[in-house]
Amino acid sequence: MKNLVRRPVTEALPAPDDTVLAELAAKLNRAARRRLGRSLAIREVDAGSCNGCELEINALNNAFYDLERFGLRFVASPRHADVLLVTGPVTKNMEEALLRTYRATPEPKWVVAVGDCAACGGIFADSYAVAGGVSSAVPVDLHIKGCPPNPEELLEGLRALLEA
Amino acid sequence: MTRSMVTLAGILADAHKVPCHRPWPRFVVTKKTWRLAIQELVEARATLIGLWGDSRAVNLALIEEPSWDIAVLTLKCRDGKYPSVGAAHPPAIRMERAIHDLYGLIPVDLPDTRPWLDHGVWRVKHPLGSRQPPADSASAYDFLPAEGEGLHQIPVGPVHAGIIEPGHFRFTANGETVVRLEERLGYAHKGIESLMAGSTSEKGAQLAGRTSGDSTVAYALAFAHAVESALQIEVPPRAIWLRALMAELERVANHLGDIGAICNDASFSLLHAQFGILRERALRAALGCFGHRLMMDRVVPGGVTEDLSADGLESVRGLLENVRHRFPELIEIYDNTASLQDRTVGTGHLTPSLAREFGAGGYVGRASGRPFDARKAIAYSPYDALKFEVPVRDDGDVNARVWLRIREVEQSLKLIDQILERMPEGKLRAEFDKPNEVREGLGLVEGFRGDVLVSIRLGEGGLIERCHLRDPSWFQWPLLEAAIEGNIVADFPLCNKSFNCSYSGHDL
Repeated sequence: MKNLVRRPVTEALPAPDDTVLAELAAKLNRAARRRLGRSLAIREVDAGSCNGCELEINALNNAFYDLERFGLRFVASPRHADVLLVTGPVTKNMEEALLRTYRATPEPKWVVAVGDCAACGGIFADSYAVAGGVSSAVPVDLHIKGCPPNPEELLEGLRALLEA
Repeated sequence: MTRSMVTLAGILADAHKVPCHRPWPRFVVTKKTWRLAIQELVEARATLIGLWGDSRAVNLALIEEPSWDIAVLTLKCRDGKYPSVGAAHPPAIRMERAIHDLYGLIPVDLPDTRPWLDHGVWRVKHPLGSRQPPADSASAYDFLPAEGEGLHQIPVGPVHAGIIEPGHFRFTANGETVVRLEERLGYAHKGIESLMAGSTSEKGAQLAGRTSGDSTVAYALAFAHAVESALQIEVPPRAIWLRALMAELERVANHLGDIGAICNDASFSLLHAQFGILRERALRAALGCFGHRLMMDRVVPGGVTEDLSADGLESVRGLLENVRHRFPELIEIYDNTASLQDRTVGTGHLTPSLAREFGAGGYVGRASGRPFDARKAIAYSPYDALKFEVPVRDDGDVNARVWLRIREVEQSLKLIDQILERMPEGKLRAEFDKPNEVREGLGLVEGFRGDVLVSIRLGEGGLIERCHLRDPSWFQWPLLEAAIEGNIVADFPLCNKSFNCSYSGHDL
């Protein structure tokens, strides 16, 4: 009965960020979209993050953001994935695992680098143990900045990926 | 002196005390005293809280019970060797393997000399020590053998099926029953301690706050405590109370998320969804109060960067009201769902004796009878002025770790009430000088997962010479291997989530 009077917590769609869209428009072509359709399977790979980005990516699944309503869902294997969502500076100890995950993902595929560390290594860039940003290991189609990016920023980026 | 009268103070009576180490003493000791200290650990009169390398020296931090006195012992290793602590006291084994990887110091008689953090791909050996080019290329890691009829192995990771951090688990199973789990960690090793060296304390605080993102407040606080002790900085009262508000918000958010995630791993997604909503509300309250959902970079040496506005106060009051309203009915569901209890009760049992031996902190230790909580034992300000209880159980299974979190959420809500009520006015941050001489400090802070230790040595211009950060997970990861034994493979995610160790915090 309570549910008749209580409003759902799920929020309205965020507006996609223009700069994110611009980056995407250059990288993704319409043919790929036609081949893929709307439903997008995402495999998350932590390539050495501090786990802050994982917390916010996990938050995308809570009732407030409810990622699946956009036709985006997380899958358990790279073999089921269209998109690799990669966090962290790529540590040297994770470089090979990231590369193998990328190779295991069927074409067509996209890589989204999440967080400031994933962009360039961030605060860890100068370490002997860090290879660099995600693009130092695999080709990157989209960067979502932030330390960590909040769920709205993640949603904007992912929805833009869908609509580009 | 009779055996029962041996104490840390007795052992260290003749040792050389270093003058600039605060607030607890550091002693430069002989090999004989080093061995006596190991004996204290073996005979459970003291607990290991840290073991880390330095240039041609090793440091051992101990806490004595029940006095909760802390001491750091330094042994100079002129020949690059030292008597292994791990040889007699297993909790030190992985730490000594890590010290060898980073510094090249050799623990004599260490039973396990395999590399730990070094996976053979850094292109440098002993990066904090001699920095040699690697002599050999990466070789395969020798997992411990498990032999017997019908045994099979299941390798998992470092890339996992869920949205979690990287690590490798090697299961040996007999049918569905796990007979051995061996962890292999280090995948998230970012070389944080090498980045610390030569940094300012401001940069150091940012690095500390990104050692384990879920504990960013606890790490920044432990780091700040270490710097403030070293430089004898008096932190403004309002900053101290704001820090406690952040620390309790962090604890509540993480516990709420964990309770839901544990239920999810027992296929009870209703509570996962409901606790996910409560966690999100806690993060939004943190954003409303301090301008960042995880409160990164808000605690700095000398104080805090953000004040609590009237709107912020409103958002945290709203959170308290909401959680108090929703929490009891959700707990009732947990308590009254037989199918859920069927998964959590008796699963992943950790014995009190192992929890004690390893000095396990946080809900892992306190669900297995070890009552240590740095907020109570060390009673750093403002917890010395606050009323709260430290819940302890001794049943040690997944269910016990769930209940520990439930009780701790309740305590944290009470703490936040008191903090809001008694928040003093005043400055947020103390200015401080950076002396051109060596100063050392130690910080020990209770994060949501357990006690975080930070040791720091500041040198010329206040720059960091050496900073070591010890995550509570160092003493919890090995216990997960013990807790899973005899359980079914399918219960591993459940056990793992109930421990919720940090990969990044451990790997550094």
